[in-house]
Amino acid sequence: MKTGKGARAGQYLALLAYLLFLAFPFLWLVSTAFKPARELASLHPTWIPKDPTLANFRQAFDEQPLLRAALNSLAAALGAALIAVLIATPMAYVLARRRTLLAKAATGWVVVSQAFPFVLVIIPLFLLLKNLRLIDSVPGLVMVYVVWALPFALWMLVGYVRAVPAELEEAAAVDGASRVRTLVSITAPLLAPGIVATALFAFISAWNEFFFALVLLKTPEKQTLPVVLTHFIGAEGVADLGPLAAAAFLATLPSLVVFAIIQKRITGGMLAGAVKS
Amino acid sequence: MRARLLVILAVFGLLLTACTDSGRDPHGVITLRFQSLAWQQESVAANKDLVAEWNATHPDVKVKYVQGSWDSVHDQLLTSFEGGEAPDVIHDASDDLADFAYGGYLADLRGLLSDRLKSDIPRRSWRTTTFGDGIYGVPFLQEPRVLIADAGRLRKSGVRIPTPERPWSWAEFRQVTKKLSGDGRYGVAWPLKEPVSATLNLSLSAGGQLFHRGADGRVTVRFEAGDQLVPRTIHDQVGADRSAPDSTLGSGGSDTLPGFFGGKYAMVPLGFSYRQQIVQQAPKGFDWQVLPAPAGADGLTQGVSPQTLSIAEDSPHKKEAAEFVDFLLRPKNMVRLALGDWMLPTGTEALKDPALHTDKYGWATGTALADRLSPAPAQSVRGYPEWKDKVATPAFQEYYSGAIGLGELRRRLEKDGNLVLARYQR
Repeated sequence: MKTGKGARAGQYLALLAYLLFLAFPFLWLVSTAFKPARELASLHPTWIPKDPTLANFRQAFDEQPLLRAALNSLAAALGAALIAVLIATPMAYVLARRRTLLAKAATGWVVVSQAFPFVLVIIPLFLLLKNLRLIDSVPGLVMVYVVWALPFALWMLVGYVRAVPAELEEAAAVDGASRVRTLVSITAPLLAPGIVATALFAFISAWNEFFFALVLLKTPEKQTLPVVLTHFIGAEGVADLGPLAAAAFLATLPSLVVFAIIQKRITGGMLAGAVKS
Repeated sequence: MRARLLVILAVFGLLLTACTDSGRDPHGVITLRFQSLAWQQESVAANKDLVAEWNATHPDVKVKYVQGSWDSVHDQLLTSFEGGEAPDVIHDASDDLADFAYGGYLADLRGLLSDRLKSDIPRRSWRTTTFGDGIYGVPFLQEPRVLIADAGRLRKSGVRIPTPERPWSWAEFRQVTKKLSGDGRYGVAWPLKEPVSATLNLSLSAGGQLFHRGADGRVTVRFEAGDQLVPRTIHDQVGADRSAPDSTLGSGGSDTLPGFFGGKYAMVPLGFSYRQQIVQQAPKGFDWQVLPAPAGADGLTQGVSPQTLSIAEDSPHKKEAAEFVDFLLRPKNMVRLALGDWMLPTGTEALKDPALHTDKYGWATGTALADRLSPAPAQSVRGYPEWKDKVATPAFQEYYSGAIGLGELRRRLEKDGNLVLARYQR
């Protein structure tokens, strides 16, 4: 069925409206980051700053150690993403390929474990890490992030593994490929977009995470970016809006860049196996 | 041989103890962790400067400045206390201390503080940090709620300008806001995102108590005439007079500033420290002034929850921590902290400082109110947070928006409220 020109225009218009709706908070953040203090309190705010300034960025860097916090966040997020994927991939493969009762129970448990709220686990976790002497250390935080990201990463990867037809592996075996060769040459390349997507998920959730970092890191030099951002907020929710927006804008950039670079691979991975050709 | 081995083991043991003794390095230097919630540029600078000055003059007791956040301090402290990893010196507010004090996490400061500090801070301020028989924090900064007014508009209207000596009564305030309203403009904008603390604290001026402690020590809620004056005034300004907009009832103080600068509102009741934002954000040439909040039967009395400094019960160096607190709160230092935070010091000596008596930015008006600031009515009532969240906040919000009347407000605060409090007093 052919879509008429009017209908097509309507579709694009709806899409544009949806995009604007999604982008609104980010665009407002960018606008705020470049506005001087007096413009922020204007009764008639404008999208484009009338008198754009970099003062908020200067103040944000002067007041808080943003660069050091960003490096801490990067270390924690990269470590968490890498380790989560390394652990989740073989687990997901087994759970996807061996459809036993145990695998089903394990998958169910993984889903259930997502329901535990932060506040329920934070004190036992704190005591556990204290006994392991991992309080106030980025490796300790990475460990927590890995455990926290693992269930969802596993659940995502099981779906990706299932999308890779088992027949391909059987065909490779018939052609004489060993088990390892099959996994490395056949399954792994097909699974790559899924692994990247999962790593991205683990990276972004660790990059944005606030509460564990707040509780587990005591030394100011080890604090991550989300924790440092709260230092721009005072009692009763009063905020130093300009520097906060500037710092938040900078904190959002890495996630955006990483996502922009690999988004094609993600959509490719998500669609893999969706239709029979 | 055996004796030598014992000596070696003893020395090793001592070294190990030295290394594991929290906050003391092998050279015997004690390190205290001071978690500050200062967040404004000037305030952070004042705190850091004072820490640097202490460290320069106390080589044996080093203080490490740790930046905390108002946004999450309760959860963060609770976890740190449970895990035995709390900072030695803790900056917080008196209304956040009850659970920590009753939970045994904070040191009783009675035997630790100097006589100078004890006598410098008035008894009414100490009451804000007294829980049971102990004192669990040093109240050091506080702020009254004041009216920030568009000076030009007030002058033009010809209304009498109130002073701390001759404030407006609540009835007069209502008349003034009526006179200042019209043509889409309002006499006052009430930012009541947190309606309970604002209402209860201001109600002290009219003799409101709300929480009544019986001879058996049990607390009950009674919403009496003195408690009703302030809520009724606000309700009538919004609903009957249209001299206050209903759109700001759910807003925070900062959210009302654009409307204030834009001429929409003639006055905004705000905490004294908001002046810093006004100085930063007001359009050039905007003429504003600080007025005292209206007075009732009890004059200008109002409730406050001062900022506090406490010492963790688990700290192995309470004496040194108390000495550091004493240093931070010497009159001159207290003034520096107060100026940095745009608040008032609690110390009587600090309050005499000329910097706090200048008319610029309304400092003199705020300082004149200092001796009328009392403990917020509810802060030592167990179960208050639940009463506030589950009963009082929705009840006041609905009353101010006109959804319920005074009778229903009273029923909810008393009947539903007392059920909540009773659970904490069994």
